[in-house]
Amino acid sequence: MTDISSFPRRVERPSALAFLGYVLAIAIVVWAFQGAGFSLDKVLTSPPRFADFMSRAFPPNLEPDVLARLGRKMVETLQIAFAGAVLGVVLSLPVALLAARGLIAGPWINGIVRNILGFIRAVPDIAWALVFVVAVGLGPFAGTLAIMIDTVGFCGRFFADDMEAVDKGSAEALTATGARRLDVTACATLPAAAPAFVSTALYALEKAVRSSTILGLVGAGGIGIELKVGFDLFDYPTAMTVILMIAVVVIAIEALSTWARKIIIGEQR
Amino acid sequence: MSPHASETLPRHDVSVQRLTKNFGDTPIFADVSFRLLRGEAVALVGANGTGKSTLLRCLLGLIPASSGTVEVLGRRISQPRPADLRALRCRTGLVAQKHNLVPRLSVLSNVIHGLLGQHSGPRYWSQSFAPAQARAAAMEALDQVGLGHLAGRRADRLSGGQSQRVAIARALIGQPQLLIADEPCASLDPAAGEEIMALFFKLVRENGVTVVFTSHHVDHALDYGDRVLGLAGGKLALDATAASLSTSDLRGLYD
Repeated sequence: MTDISSFPRRVERPSALAFLGYVLAIAIVVWAFQGAGFSLDKVLTSPPRFADFMSRAFPPNLEPDVLARLGRKMVETLQIAFAGAVLGVVLSLPVALLAARGLIAGPWINGIVRNILGFIRAVPDIAWALVFVVAVGLGPFAGTLAIMIDTVGFCGRFFADDMEAVDKGSAEALTATGARRLDVTACATLPAAAPAFVSTALYALEKAVRSSTILGLVGAGGIGIELKVGFDLFDYPTAMTVILMIAVVVIAIEALSTWARKIIIGEQR
Repeated sequence: MSPHASETLPRHDVSVQRLTKNFGDTPIFADVSFRLLRGEAVALVGANGTGKSTLLRCLLGLIPASSGTVEVLGRRISQPRPADLRALRCRTGLVAQKHNLVPRLSVLSNVIHGLLGQHSGPRYWSQSFAPAQARAAAMEALDQVGLGHLAGRRADRLSGGQSQRVAIARALIGQPQLLIADEPCASLDPAAGEEIMALFFKLVRENGVTVVFTSHHVDHALDYGDRVLGLAGGKLALDATAASLSTSDLRGLYD
C-alpha cells in the first residue's frame, strides 16, 4: 500500500496572509451590517406591516380611465428609453473609437476619454436626470438626455473593450499592405466587433427601459411620477398597478432583446 | 546609385544587418544578417519558438527590432515615420497562417481591401461603394485563384482552403514586390495545403514577387524555396541554396 501521509492534505492550511484576509473580509461584512442599520427586530415586525400594505394595494386599480392614463405614461416611458438609448449608442461609436487602445488615438487620448466615461458612469442616472431637469426644465426631454448620457458612459466603454478584444489578424494583414489606421479600423476592427456591439447596444436598451421607469420620480418624464403620486396620496392600488406594469414591460423588453440578439447575431455564436 | 550601376549590380529587395530582437529580457534571435535578391523565394525554417514569425514581422516593421537594420525595397525601416512605412507597405503583403479575412464581409470586399494601401478612404471599405476598376481588379484576382464564382459569399462561409485562396488574392491585388507568407498552409489538411502552396508559388513566380515564407514542412522549403535560411539557438544557423540541401540537412534544425 502507498503511504497515506504522502497524499495531499484534504484541506490546505491557509497562509498567514490568507488567514488575515478572511478575518478582514468577515470584519467588513459585520461593519457593513452595523452601518446599514440592520435590525432583527424590524425584520420580525415588518411582515404584518408588509401584509397590511399588500392588503391595501390589492386588488390593483384596473379602472379603464386609470389604465388609459398609465398606459399613455408607459408609452412615454418607452419613447424616452428608445430615443435616449439610440442617441447614446450613436454618440458612443466615435467616443469608443477614441477610447480604444491601439486603434486610432494615442494613449493620452485613450486615458482622458476613458476617465471621462468612468465619471459619467459613476454619476447615477437619477442624478443626471436632476441635472437635466435644471438645464432643460421638467418633462420627458430631460429624461431622454439623462438616458443618453448614461448610455454613452456604458456603451462608450464597452464598445471600446469590444474593439480591443477582436482578433488582430485581419488588422495586421491590412496594415501589411500599407493601409492607414482609419481604414484598418473601418475594414477589419469594426466589422469584427459588430456582433459584440449589437449585444452591448441591446443590453443598453434594456438598461434604458429600467432607468426610464424611475426618472419620473424627479420630474424627468415617464411613468415614475405616477408611482410617486400613488405613494404620496396613499393610493396604493394605483401604485401597485404601476409596479406591475413596469415589471411586465421590463420583462417583455428583456425577452424581446434576447430574441433580437439571436436573430441579428445569428448562428455565429 | 547611377542608372549604370543598377543595371550591373544585383538588386536586393531585402537586406538585413545584425538584426536582434528581445521581448523584454528574453532574447529571441541575435545578429541575423541576410539579403534577398529580387524575385527570390526564400524559406525560413526552424523549430517552434525560434522567432520565425517575429523575424518576418520585423521585415515589414510590424514589430520593431531591438537593434540592427532592415532595408526593404530600398528603404530603411528602423525608426521610420508612419507615412514612410505606409509608402513602403503599399508594395508588400502578408499571408498568414489563419488567413485573417474579415469574417462578416463578402469575399469581394475582402479582396478589395488589398488595395487600401494605394487608395485610402470609404470607397474602398466595401465592394458596394468601390470604383468599377477596383471591383474589376478584385474579380480578376479572384479568378486567378479560381474563386470568381464565390465573390458574393460571406468570408466566414468558406472552407479553410478557400479562405487561404482569398487571402492570396487580397495579397496579390496590389501587385506587391515583396510578400511575407507565415505558415501559409499550417491550418489546412495536407491535400489542401499542397494545392495552396502550388497555387501561391505559381502566382508569385509569374509576377516576379520576392517571397519569404516559413513552413514546418521540410519538403515545402526545398520544393518551393530557391534558398533556405535556418534559425536555431537564436542565430541564423543555415543559409544555403535549396538545391544544395537534403531533407536530412534540415531535420537537424528541429533538434
